[in-house]
Amino acid sequence: MIRRTRHVPQIASSEITPETVWLNRRNLIKAAAAGTMATTLPTLASQTPDLKPLSYVPGECDGCAAEEALTPLEDATSYNNFYEFGTDKSDPAEYAHNMTIDPWSVEVSGLVNKPGKLNLEDVLSGFDLEERVYRFRCVEAWSMVVPWIGFPLADLLQRFEPTADARYVAFKTLYRPKEMRGTRSFTSVIDWPYREGLRLDEAMHPLTLMAVGLYGKTLPNQNGAPLRLVVPWKYGFKSIKSIVSIELTDQQPKTSWQELAAQEYGFFSNVNPEVDHPRWSQRYERRLPSSLFKPNRVPTQLFNGYADQVASLYTGMDLKKYY
Amino acid sequence: MGVPVLRAPRLERLWWVVVFTLCLSPFCLIVYGVVANTLGPDPAEVLMHQTGEWAIRLLVVVLAARPMARWGWPALFRFRRMFGLYMFFYTTLHLLVFAQVYVGWDVAILLEELLERPYVMVGFAGWVLLAPLALTSSDGMRRRLRQRWRQLHRLVYAVSVLAVLHVLWLSRSDIGDAVLYGILLGSLLLWRLWQKWKRPLAARL
Repeated sequence: MIRRTRHVPQIASSEITPETVWLNRRNLIKAAAAGTMATTLPTLASQTPDLKPLSYVPGECDGCAAEEALTPLEDATSYNNFYEFGTDKSDPAEYAHNMTIDPWSVEVSGLVNKPGKLNLEDVLSGFDLEERVYRFRCVEAWSMVVPWIGFPLADLLQRFEPTADARYVAFKTLYRPKEMRGTRSFTSVIDWPYREGLRLDEAMHPLTLMAVGLYGKTLPNQNGAPLRLVVPWKYGFKSIKSIVSIELTDQQPKTSWQELAAQEYGFFSNVNPEVDHPRWSQRYERRLPSSLFKPNRVPTQLFNGYADQVASLYTGMDLKKYY
Repeated sequence: MGVPVLRAPRLERLWWVVVFTLCLSPFCLIVYGVVANTLGPDPAEVLMHQTGEWAIRLLVVVLAARPMARWGWPALFRFRRMFGLYMFFYTTLHLLVFAQVYVGWDVAILLEELLERPYVMVGFAGWVLLAPLALTSSDGMRRRLRQRWRQLHRLVYAVSVLAVLHVLWLSRSDIGDAVLYGILLGSLLLWRLWQKWKRPLAARL
């Protein structure tokens, strides 16, 4: 049977090209020409239109430049855990473009002499940016090698002058349900906003990075734009994304994963092949990209290979007890 | 109207081919994904997820077949053996992917996973229970086992409990899947209990 339409069809709003895609059409055309379109489903949304090139110098500190092969940009930006946008690895790349990152400010409060706010412009222009190539080990037993752009968290904290009582740093991610579909899922058991924390000496360690970019440009939203933490010797979930609040405290802050399952995710969460997650082994990791016939399983290293730099932070501590 | 008139057996065969192809298509997509490398940077996770997901979906179909037939829609019931075998097929793939990517065919690691991780143990137990059902699925075996066959194949109820536990113990921050399959499989099991209770009650009245 042939159906005839009797009226002129209206254009559904869903059929109109979103502005971001429209603005990004040149990149889309380029990507299509390069033949990458066929391989990545969420590409449309994942290529945020306005990633700005950053000026930076290569980091030269001990442990600042991992020698392993870099995880390709496309993989690092299409395979993410950012539960505010959904629990599938492809969800952040598909939906994080809904998050508004301009304007953005970070509130620094608590046990500091000069509490205040940092605007994104201050962050991008007020610190010396450097590139750090870090191994990134997820608690789920996969890992990447990522060239981050950022500055030591210590530089930021010192501007606000932590008081002598400050012993911990508590971080919060943006919580904006309208722009974050994952936070609206009624079966999600995370108590938003997402919270993380570090001991002050961990936060002041030279390897602890405030990242504002990767692969030479500002962070894509799915990777935690506009600024995120990167603590290379801890499991990835400690490296909190899209930070809006930094509070110095004298009490160990409660973190989101601890509240969810304290027996599975500790406050420290240092990478340690000898301390298994209760539900899976941490002895090996899949270094991405991995494939079915070449899974690329590599042994996990204590403190993710940064033991020389950070082991002294934990002298005398039972790492099985303080996992 | 335009539909060609088919004799019943031929129509039946046509349906068989359709259902067979439908059940096979996820596997074809998975193989395509592996060969064409479109599964992203961590195919291990995608493969585990998809094989597991199809196994539990087919489990729901298998258990839904009987109540659907009772309510006047016998299509599923006719093909329940195929659904069951496909469910075993996807469960086996699930296990093979696990052995290949997570265990690396290392017996020591396999034993550790089985003994220390409840969701692995439960999943593996489910597969072990399914194996005899798959092996005795032929008409010949059914005839030979007679009454025993029905008893044996009730193991699928135990498998569905294990499957829901497996999904629940796997969930990390979102229990959506566990709730969905818990409700689906739970109500299909409750329907059977209800049927069992109803009959003797009716006989007594």
